[in-house]
Amino acid sequence: MRATSLMLVLATAGLAAACGGKPAPEQPAPEPTAAPAPAPTPVPTDDSAERARLDRERLAREAAERSKAVAADLAAMINFEYDQATVRSTDQGTLDRKAAVLAANPNVRIQISGHADERGSDEYNLALGNRRAAAAKRYLENKGIDASRMDVVSYGEERPLNPGHDETAYAQNRRDEFQVTAGGDNLVAPQ
Amino acid sequence: MTRLLACVTAIALLAPLTSTRAAAQDTSQVREGVRVGVEYQPGVRPGLVVLPGPGLDTARAIVRRDLDFSDRFEMIAVDPPGGAPGGGGAEGAGAVNYGLYRTLGAEFGVELTAAAGGLTARLHDLNAGKVRNQQTFALPPESDPGYRLEVHRVADEVARWATGTAGVAASRLLLVSGGRIYRMDSDGEGLTPLTPAGQTALSPVWSPDGQRFAYTLLGAGRGGILVQSLGSDATLQVPGTATALNITPAFSPDGRLLAYAHSDETGTDVYLVNIADRCCAQRLTVGRYADNLSPTFSPDGRRLAFVSTRAGPPQVYVMAADGTDQELLAPFDYGATGSSNAPEWSPDGANVVFHREVDGSPQLFLVDVAGRRVRQLTSSGRNEDPTWAPDGRHITFVSDRSGSRQLWVIDVETGRVRQLKTPGAARLPAWSRRLSRTAVAP
Repeated sequence: MRATSLMLVLATAGLAAACGGKPAPEQPAPEPTAAPAPAPTPVPTDDSAERARLDRERLAREAAERSKAVAADLAAMINFEYDQATVRSTDQGTLDRKAAVLAANPNVRIQISGHADERGSDEYNLALGNRRAAAAKRYLENKGIDASRMDVVSYGEERPLNPGHDETAYAQNRRDEFQVTAGGDNLVAPQ
Repeated sequence: MTRLLACVTAIALLAPLTSTRAAAQDTSQVREGVRVGVEYQPGVRPGLVVLPGPGLDTARAIVRRDLDFSDRFEMIAVDPPGGAPGGGGAEGAGAVNYGLYRTLGAEFGVELTAAAGGLTARLHDLNAGKVRNQQTFALPPESDPGYRLEVHRVADEVARWATGTAGVAASRLLLVSGGRIYRMDSDGEGLTPLTPAGQTALSPVWSPDGQRFAYTLLGAGRGGILVQSLGSDATLQVPGTATALNITPAFSPDGRLLAYAHSDETGTDVYLVNIADRCCAQRLTVGRYADNLSPTFSPDGRRLAFVSTRAGPPQVYVMAADGTDQELLAPFDYGATGSSNAPEWSPDGANVVFHREVDGSPQLFLVDVAGRRVRQLTSSGRNEDPTWAPDGRHITFVSDRSGSRQLWVIDVETGRVRQLKTPGAARLPAWSRRLSRTAVAP
């Protein structure tokens, strides 16, 4: 099953390359409504038409699922230590996956919002949230993503994810969120 | 004779109770090595009694409480009118039983009597046995929204007669609750919303003349700084603050300049803008990925204290108002001292109050500007976001010592703390200067 999917992806990619001649599509990958590439039957019958329709539906479904997984990679939050704005080594993988997705989808733009837990000064936490968002942006810039595609904002402690008042809640609330602001439809999985 | 003796004894027994309540201090334990800067010697304050009398109950209660909250007097309680020994009443000074009140430990007696269009206040010097000051004050009707503020002025003037320093009751506070900015009188009365519901407004500060306030309006992760007039509600967006994140405004003492912090991807830096001429934002700090924020002017306008993360955790620094001569203001031990934030320069220029984390909880600290000595003011619960009263002696701050975040007042001289009547989850208070009669519409 997995091997079949992969082959289909490669086939689709091959078709796209053959048709457009571009290494990466400027437009998001078109829905595979054009006939699937390996169409061995020269004379379509009612039965094969039905099979082709099912194939098309399956491909669309799989593409949507892949796009969803890619979107999830892009939206995954990262967290911070108390009063720190340094990207933790455990979050570097998360940011690396975002960098790959952003590289594979050059029309995507994101907004990075920094947040703080309720401890610390209300006003300082706005600056701290800003520094946390900027830290993620710098990391992605260093991975080759153009700075103009990433916007930085801060909510300080004004929008907690978890309303609790314990370390579990604080740890969840010290975070960067990543929101797609443009080009988020039909995301392509990185190679 | 026996009856008089019993009466005096009864009141003498009451007096210590009054003192005990007034001396409720921030007495919980403080870490070793930190000097708690509050040394209170009971008995050095003059005793003061507000004389009972007919009518004027509201005004008398307000004046009595204001004088109590001034922390400059030992307040001496007496029975309400009726059983009042030698109560003043409308007949004037001659009727006051100086000897009796002296026996209770009072040095001053405050007498309020009704006068045409207002009231007459008299300050009796009980030891000298005569009226030291008296003045008739015009008052609006009790139902008028400006009534309380006018009575506060009476109390402030009486305090000035007795001590040489006017009280601060005729002042107001700004505060944030539920994303909305409110104002209220210094005693917690007259709570009035100033910004619309459904917004996230933060960091209100008064203009020095008490006619405007500046604040941050946070929206979609960005923040603009607005200046709003209290009378007309007219609002001005401070030039240069319409984009990115702009926080922690502070007026210069002449009201012409506004310092604030601007955040972008390179960090947060302090800027100065001329709001009188609406021009020319000048950058005072260059953080390079560090944060510089929360500026506060010295009363002479020549210096700014501010918070910086240049050495790691946020600490309190000082610079000239043109951005030169930046240096540490409140000493700290690297790696040991907690984060320090929210500085505010005292009206007399001598101290900067701020909060600093001690064992994970913010506590109020003072640093004296000349000697750079730091002393801790609180130790019970979380205590943060201090703001000075115009007398440079009282500080309103946010504390959870009662279980939820509320506004409290500490008297730096005596250490007495009291709670202000405030809405739930009040934060980021700002205390005005003394409000002149022309400054604020009721």
